[in-house]
Amino acid sequence: MQDRIGTSAPRREAASKVSGRSIYTDDAPSYETLYGVTVRSTVPHARIRKIHFAPDLPLDEFTIVSADDLPGPNVVASICEDQPCLASSKVNHVEEAILLIAHPDRYLAERARQSVCIEYDPLPAVFNPALSTHAFKTCNISKGLPTQAFANAPHIIEGTYTTGAQEQLYIEPQSIDAAFLNNTLTIWGSMQCPYFIQKALDRVFPFPSRVIQMETGGGFGGKEDYPSILAIHAGLLSWKSGKPVKMIYSRGEDMAATTKRHPAIVKHRTAVDAQGRLLAMEVDILLDGGAYATLSPVVLSRAAIHATGCYFCPDIQIEARAVATNHPPHGAFRGFGVPQVNFALERHMDVIAASLRIDPVTIRRRNFLQQGQRTATGQVLHESVPLQELLDRALLESSYESKSGLGIAASLHGAGFTGSGERYLQSVACLERTAEGKIRVLVSSTEFGQGTNTILSQIVADELQLPLDDIEIVQPDTSIVPDSGPTVASRTAMIVGNLLADAARQLKSPGVNKASAKYVPPHGIAFDEATFTGDAYATFSWAVNIAELDIDQSTGQTKLKDFVAVQDAGKIINPTLAAGQIEGGVAQGIGFALMEEVTYEEGRVWNQRMANYTIPTAADLPPIRVFFLNSDASQAKGLGELPMNAPAPAIANALSRQLGTNFNHLPITPEKILKCDRSR
Amino acid sequence: MRQIPVTVNGTEHLIEAWPMERLLDLLRRNLGLTGTKEGCGEGECGACAILFNGQLVNSCLIPAAQSAGSTIVTIEGLEDSRLKQAFIDTGGSQCGFCTPGMILASHVLLESNENPSELEIREALAGNLCRCTGFTKIIEAVRKARL
Ligand code: FES
Ligand code: FES
Repeated sequence: MQDRIGTSAPRREAASKVSGRSIYTDDAPSYETLYGVTVRSTVPHARIRKIHFAPDLPLDEFTIVSADDLPGPNVVASICEDQPCLASSKVNHVEEAILLIAHPDRYLAERARQSVCIEYDPLPAVFNPALSTHAFKTCNISKGLPTQAFANAPHIIEGTYTTGAQEQLYIEPQSIDAAFLNNTLTIWGSMQCPYFIQKALDRVFPFPSRVIQMETGGGFGGKEDYPSILAIHAGLLSWKSGKPVKMIYSRGEDMAATTKRHPAIVKHRTAVDAQGRLLAMEVDILLDGGAYATLSPVVLSRAAIHATGCYFCPDIQIEARAVATNHPPHGAFRGFGVPQVNFALERHMDVIAASLRIDPVTIRRRNFLQQGQRTATGQVLHESVPLQELLDRALLESSYESKSGLGIAASLHGAGFTGSGERYLQSVACLERTAEGKIRVLVSSTEFGQGTNTILSQIVADELQLPLDDIEIVQPDTSIVPDSGPTVASRTAMIVGNLLADAARQLKSPGVNKASAKYVPPHGIAFDEATFTGDAYATFSWAVNIAELDIDQSTGQTKLKDFVAVQDAGKIINPTLAAGQIEGGVAQGIGFALMEEVTYEEGRVWNQRMANYTIPTAADLPPIRVFFLNSDASQAKGLGELPMNAPAPAIANALSRQLGTNFNHLPITPEKILKCDRSR
Repeated sequence: MRQIPVTVNGTEHLIEAWPMERLLDLLRRNLGLTGTKEGCGEGECGACAILFNGQLVNSCLIPAAQSAGSTIVTIEGLEDSRLKQAFIDTGGSQCGFCTPGMILASHVLLESNENPSELEIREALAGNLCRCTGFTKIIEAVRKARL
């Protein structure tokens, strides 16, 4: 049957997407709606001295909200609670929101926005994270006695690896509709995490609110926390005006003001023996968090835990910090800190290999983690670690032995929240049988392209032996669905999928028409947040990527010819959707490697258009060939983020090999290729 | 305001618009044809692509005045069930935001070239950005539809 786990059931909302019938936030009909716009800071760090409105502006026609209007605390609920909803006396980054304006005519709203003039008293700004004096979070991981190992090591190899800010560039910009009616605020929008928004609204507004996810045109982490501040803004305008309010960012505003992947500086110092075996590793990680903490603390912990990647090393010291600068805040983007540290590590493995004259395959084989070994946090890998098999398959599929100049990289990705995160989330999922015998799925997990609706339906259909059409996914609405946690961290198939399977089993008992399941931490798993030791993740997914490319020596253009991605993500629920996740992630990884970098000038995003921040098009991409091993395993593991981690180092390794140089900074643009020093 | 006569998906309309309003907005707001999407508003992403007198154009770049007398097909009016079905079957649509424009671009390609090579498909779709799929399954969809 086509609906069972392991079959490629078509995406449930595909028919409406291909016919243009899907309703995204800006597609919903609206009546008497005001259009909301945001007046933002034009300077990176300053006191606000005075705000002027243009004298010819008929102020009474507009709804204007400043920090003084807030009906509750001026804070966006998040980990550190340091970010205001609207700046009051001081701004800490360019594009920080200061005022909100709404008007029934969107052109007039925009004109009013442009006519506001703000006087500032500038303050010194910090853009170099190495000069920052404020750390949002530090985290240190120690295993064994690295100092001693370094003292006796035959070889010590060092390297510094950097990556820039990357824009998610979901094609649907940030979009929120708000309506304040009968003392309740309702938010409809493009989002990943309805309950994050709910919590943010509950903090600011002294009345009830409700959050509903609309069809969402991509997220990739960019709609994890950012929609919270936008929902507060739209809510404030609606509450003050008493009218529905629509806030749809233009592409330029979205690119200039919303969160991006953290720029990173990663330093490795590694002791190895003559055969290239890792004896001791020191890793130093510095993330530019931007002006407010947002999700930096958890991006940092994931980055630190993944810093030694797929390799075993007895003695490890990892020091990581995410610091404040006057850049707009950096935040969640698919991979969540791992693409940066994995680029560093996988490049460093090739650097070690080259300096010891060992080939890149051998150095990886000698050091790959094995079942039963301990990771940097001391976590014992009880499950199988199929890295050797993944590498074998990738070598075979890429015809590695018969070609030259290919680049290899491996990666792992911990599924679910880091450490005790899942324990705190206490996710819940519910099922209901309707009078017609259909099953309604009640979860807050959202569909934004990854296939959530389809795979969760398949899990329930499989357990209950029902056709997929009998399963109905209820639109995520915080007044109806329970909190099954945010749709992030490659957790949905594994965590929410298991809860639904459990609820479905309960429904099989006669007379049971409603069932719910709550997350119970797996037995014997423990993580110590203070010392960063223990079981950081319930399970890991694994991948090996190989890139084949040609370089046009006259233009510096890299032409990818083939890309092989082999992974173990546990049980594959829907092979077509799973492959689609890998292909899309690899494409973003290719962009990260070769072309994508948000450029800041005095804290302002310089390239805030699709014309000057370019992403790979159909013509730039190679065929991306995807293979899953162990796809009939008993458990699904995460796969959404895994494919983001290895493409960039695989490509950088191929380019470095072919040109006899070290490309240790991303992206590797044609200019860098033309100017590179080939004297390695 | 001016009266702009246009034929959209086979129906004639007289739309009241300012001359510099964008065709994209006339379709979405005046006619409620929200299958045409706005991804950038400056001609870079192709999410707003439509057939304009038989040509693939980005409707965010066309002023209302210039659309007078034109014949337009949007995703809602595109009769190419084979191509749409191919996008469903191969998984060529993920978040779906690029999908209407991508299907129109694929349709225009297949009209002029019944049997495009992979390279020809890649080049024909290079003006339509997709951030989700990596294009592998979109290309499969076009190949499937051509058979
Ligand atoms: S919205 Fe018209 S090309 Fe992007
Ligand atoms: S399917 Fe999301 S942008 Fe193409």
